[in-house]
Amino acid sequence: MIKAPREAFGHTLVELARENPDIVVLDADLASSTRVTYFKEAFLERFFQMGVAEQNMMGVAAGMALMGKVPFVSTFAVFASRRACDQVAISVAHCRTNVKIVGAYSGIVSGNNGATHQAVEDVGIMRAIPHMVVVDPGDDVEMAQVVRAIVAYDGPVYLRVTRDVWPRVSPDGSDGGQPYEFALGKGVQVRSGSDVTLIGSGMMTSQCVEAADLLARLGIAARVLHMPTLKPVDVEAIVAAAEETGGIVTAENHNIYGGLGSAVAEVLVEHAPARMKRVGIRDCYGECGGNADLLCKYGMSPQHIAEAAQSVLAAGG
Amino acid sequence: MASLSRQEIHRLEETARRVRCHVVRTVSESRAGHPGGSLSEADILTALYFHVMRVDPERPDWADRDRFVLSKGHGAAGLYAVLAERGFLSTDLLKTFGRIDSTLQVHPDMHMVPGVEISTGALGQGISVALGIALAARLDDGAFHVYCLIGDGENQEGEVWEAAQTAAHYSVDNLTVVLDYNRVQLFGTLDEIMDIAPITDKWRSFGWHVIEIDGHDMQQIIDALESAKQIEGKPCIIVAHTVKGKGVSYMEGKSAWHGKPPDAEQLAQAWADLGCAGRGS
Repeated sequence: MIKAPREAFGHTLVELARENPDIVVLDADLASSTRVTYFKEAFLERFFQMGVAEQNMMGVAAGMALMGKVPFVSTFAVFASRRACDQVAISVAHCRTNVKIVGAYSGIVSGNNGATHQAVEDVGIMRAIPHMVVVDPGDDVEMAQVVRAIVAYDGPVYLRVTRDVWPRVSPDGSDGGQPYEFALGKGVQVRSGSDVTLIGSGMMTSQCVEAADLLARLGIAARVLHMPTLKPVDVEAIVAAAEETGGIVTAENHNIYGGLGSAVAEVLVEHAPARMKRVGIRDCYGECGGNADLLCKYGMSPQHIAEAAQSVLAAGG
Repeated sequence: MASLSRQEIHRLEETARRVRCHVVRTVSESRAGHPGGSLSEADILTALYFHVMRVDPERPDWADRDRFVLSKGHGAAGLYAVLAERGFLSTDLLKTFGRIDSTLQVHPDMHMVPGVEISTGALGQGISVALGIALAARLDDGAFHVYCLIGDGENQEGEVWEAAQTAAHYSVDNLTVVLDYNRVQLFGTLDEIMDIAPITDKWRSFGWHVIEIDGHDMQQIIDALESAKQIEGKPCIIVAHTVKGKGVSYMEGKSAWHGKPPDAEQLAQAWADLGCAGRGS
């Protein structure tokens, strides 16, 4: 059964903490939402309730990291990126402390909490911070591998965690290929195709797969490239997609400024100029509503991705 | 509390005097840095590094060392002067302060300077980091103590109070904060800019043990630091009444000298005030 990414995150953290006594968790009174409750139940002495005070929480985590701990700082993505931005930049990133910042309920699909709780700019903020690695996993299987990988990596990481269940995108080997293994900085092709490439990050890759199905009905073979690491981004995979398929559509659960679309565009203009369209939140704040309604209203549904692909193809004449 | 010997007091006061000489020369020659707050903190830092803290300049990363966090990172010139006097750095290096390619940034960088635990300069952050060190040390039964110096203007930052409530909530007693209460900030006095009074009441109401001292009286500083370490079950703050620009006649109590280096003539006056000239400091 497919689990929500936050479930996979919460359970994997407990597994890893059994092996690694240095893992500690800091929470800003959102443990039941972010699923670090599982960690608290298993390792109470390593769980630090910091209250609704995210700025101090980031600094405390940095201090713990100086002592050799591997702190996971868990709060909603909006607070991790906006409220505590200066602490993330200075006490974590500039100091290169080994802090793992977990931004839960990322993007517009954030549990019907409306604009104040929809992180539309967290990736842009984090990507612009030197030394920060940014990861936006696509599903529960990948999340479990990502949590392990970022513990193995020594340095600051921003991890986006989505709240709800989305279709699984990680290749499981059923097509005869190798089962997927996440590697920091590497993209993975989840659908082959040569007419156009849909690049997704986070839960939007599942929307790209659905879009590829829609396009297939029109006789268009769309490649789907999943890009879980937004920084450092997989330059090689993006260049190959541009050279082999000619056109690119990015799809992200984020403002079209500063996130995946920007990262891909930066690579293309420097290495392999190609026709491109960005699907994502179009420079606005969100609102309440169900996930499907939000994706539809804000132009992020599979249908929107498919239409963007068609316009890229049309522009290519 | 045992009285310090007259010789020990004299040794510490002489050290602090040399520290102040380094400070005025460093900021004047580099045309950078913050003389006012570096002078007000000089006695406190000297007491910590020369009498109270267990540190070893040969082993700046020694696991059991006491930790010091300069949360008021703009006091870096004072910290570097103390680290140089204590043997963590060469005094020659002070000449590079604030210049391109120097390890001595105007706000201290932990990756560049031995003895600097965490990079600071964005006010309010150091106290949180010091608290994190103290909490982690408790998990590991660490035997050392954590010290943190905050500025009085820094008390205007909300993060300071987030840290204050958290330290009390966790009954953190391996952390001592010292407040450099010189009552002057960048653009004026505290009561002009944003008053923090009644500061002892505020910290006490946050659950801290509060000790109030004259931050230029070596015996009082050391008594306070040693008694703070004995307090069990709650964090302790020493509110040290200080004078901004202490020791330099024309700087004392003046916000103009928060971040302005003295010129050559002013440096000569400062040296005369401090008795630096001809002593090789």
